[in-house]
Amino acid sequence: MFHGRLRKTAIAVAAAGALAVTSACGSGFDDGATPQQSSGPAALQVLIGSSGDAETKAVNDAAAKWATATGNTATVTPAQDLSQQLGQAFAGDSPPDVFYVDASRFADYASVGALEPYGDKLANKGDFYDSLKQTFTYDGKFYCAPKDFSTLALQVNTDLWTKAGLTDADLPTTWEQLQATAEKIKAKGLTPLVVGDTRDRIGAFLVQAGGWLISTDGKQATADSPENLQALTYFQGLQKKGLAVFPKQVDAGWGGEAFGKGKAVMTIEGNWIKGAMSNDFPNVKYTVHELPAGPKGKGTLSFTNCWGISAKSKFKDQAIKFVEAMTSVDQQLAYAKAFGVMPSLKTAKDGYSQQFPADGPFVTGADYAHGPVNAPKMDSVLSDFDTQLQKLATGDPKAVLERVQKNIAAALGS
Amino acid sequence: MSGSRRRGGIRGNEAVAGWLFVAPVVVILGLFLLLPILMALWVSLSGWNGQGSPFRADVPFVGADNYTRLFTQDGLARENFMTSIRNNAYYVLLVVPAQTVLALGLALVVNRRVLRGRSFFRTAFYFPSVTSSVAISVMFLFLFANTGAVNSLLSVFGLDGPQWFADPRGLLHLSLSGLGLVDLAHPPAALTDGGLLGLSWWEWLSGPSVAMSTIIILVVWTTSGTFMLMFLAALQDVPVQLEEASLIDGAGPWQRLRYVTLPLLKPTMFLVITLGLISTWQVFDQIYVMSQGNPAKTTLTPAYLSYRTAFKDFEYGSGAAISFVLFLLIVVLTLVQRWVMRDRDRVPRTRARLLPTRTRRS
Repeated sequence: MFHGRLRKTAIAVAAAGALAVTSACGSGFDDGATPQQSSGPAALQVLIGSSGDAETKAVNDAAAKWATATGNTATVTPAQDLSQQLGQAFAGDSPPDVFYVDASRFADYASVGALEPYGDKLANKGDFYDSLKQTFTYDGKFYCAPKDFSTLALQVNTDLWTKAGLTDADLPTTWEQLQATAEKIKAKGLTPLVVGDTRDRIGAFLVQAGGWLISTDGKQATADSPENLQALTYFQGLQKKGLAVFPKQVDAGWGGEAFGKGKAVMTIEGNWIKGAMSNDFPNVKYTVHELPAGPKGKGTLSFTNCWGISAKSKFKDQAIKFVEAMTSVDQQLAYAKAFGVMPSLKTAKDGYSQQFPADGPFVTGADYAHGPVNAPKMDSVLSDFDTQLQKLATGDPKAVLERVQKNIAAALGS
Repeated sequence: MSGSRRRGGIRGNEAVAGWLFVAPVVVILGLFLLLPILMALWVSLSGWNGQGSPFRADVPFVGADNYTRLFTQDGLARENFMTSIRNNAYYVLLVVPAQTVLALGLALVVNRRVLRGRSFFRTAFYFPSVTSSVAISVMFLFLFANTGAVNSLLSVFGLDGPQWFADPRGLLHLSLSGLGLVDLAHPPAALTDGGLLGLSWWEWLSGPSVAMSTIIILVVWTTSGTFMLMFLAALQDVPVQLEEASLIDGAGPWQRLRYVTLPLLKPTMFLVITLGLISTWQVFDQIYVMSQGNPAKTTLTPAYLSYRTAFKDFEYGSGAAISFVLFLLIVVLTLVQRWVMRDRDRVPRTRARLLPTRTRRS
């Protein structure tokens, strides 16, 4: 009896011990500079966080074309979970040569020295939108080439708009108009606006008010500014009057779903909503407009990836050539056609606007868009901010901003 | 192995032979269990940022910094960790008793000789345990959607179901405000002013959130099948003679359960509660699939927080430290539980050896 129990305890403790092994450990003990191979054919490993089959195929085709033209090889692997796979590859000293880097994670990678700062070596470096270049700049160095980008805009459901008795003249271009229009819609018994409950949507209001969470150089926390307070107070006002709701309140996973199901007349989403609407809600008619301007003018958020090159790559020169090929005007327009992203080059703007005239508001957004917070160790701080935003309707905007100010300052200091 | 002693003479080489026989297991366990644990221990004491091997010379040694940040430094790291501990504690407090009682109840039902279609029920109750937890989690997402089956059922009875996965309000808070004791918008200052380890008393006393309670229901439902099987196996070991003897002594059904069956199930009970405690403190899959810690961090658990800290923030040291604290917590709780469930009466133990089942089980 006693031994039996002891044995069970031992098994239990051993099982618990297995839990402690949650952190993956890498192997390999070499350090120091990686020898470069600049002559002879290079074998590039490319890891992409693909949005779907269309993107995988398009990147594969482009890589094959580059490989044939230059005599190198490039193997494209779509990742299941990009950030986890990259984390493991870095820990194991076997990172891919070229990989997607999400703008919101960029500073984490750059700060630990995983990325090669090759931006200034690019032949087409002057052609990228400045806001995108700024997004991928860390410590004054332009690290990597923006792959493409998306911005937020306002989507309006045409049928519901008419049903609420509104015309094109009612399309809101300022905060005041947005509120007035929303009140008219609300009076007709419809939900005016659905907005994702995250800084990636509500943050646009901060930009319109002239604020942001962090200074442009990424070194100072600027969250508790009066501008930000004005923005959150305005948004909270919309919530309290029932003019703006979160997707979960209308039983949807994200704004596009709620919008497609007709649960709200307007939503604020990026250009990815086009694909979702044509796939899931092909019969819903809608129009896209620029976001209403705030007290300090127009503002939106941009989302982007860059082509990261590993600091440990053996083929850096060839990798830069590869990235130049991937970000050329023609190639980016081909990508735009294949999977609906917007080119990151200013000279590709006209070509894109001709092909996709309905996307004007998204493209125009590039001129005044703000990128994500580009400082390292921000993930838990920003998810805490999201948590506060989820409770904003009943919370105190000032306390929310003071809290995120404190957390950003602490994360920047460490 | 427990009774082995060193003996000389003709059996002198047995020890060597014994070690030879266990060598493969020792090597495998050492390589895949002990070594990774020691490596993780080193990571938890280092400032490794995930670049290259954690055993290079330039990886800084930070001592207990990763641990003190979880306990003594006022900041987001401690607040997140304490929130996750609170969430998981309420989770354990509800899941372990519920799944144990349910499993025991189910086992008693399907063990009855008169029940028709016993094997059908056994299979049916066991089924959730062998189904992928991810698949079940996704199914629950549909069931508990705002317009899902559960809320539709509630509306039949005129009840307005909550927005299950979007509702961060704690059940304890809700019941206190339901009794009219507190106002949720203005919690009592006595509770919000003071606090422990970065969370106010008011936050500690929230209870599991509505969102967490759906995960609790899910886990109770899926795991009770496995534990039912353990109870069932133990119940079938209860000798018929004992039951008959107690019948002759005039014991009613309740008395038979209380004084005959339950004492004989004690070792199984210990096993079930231990396994329950361990698995509930480690809950990860359901959180990862269903909520990722949302809404408002009320489904954040230490295991998920450890993953997020390491792989999203690149703070592998902190992540490993969290998992070690969790490990110690589980060990301590298991020891406490063992002490609570120890045999208090020494005499029956010798008597117990006379019983056929007891001797067989020891």
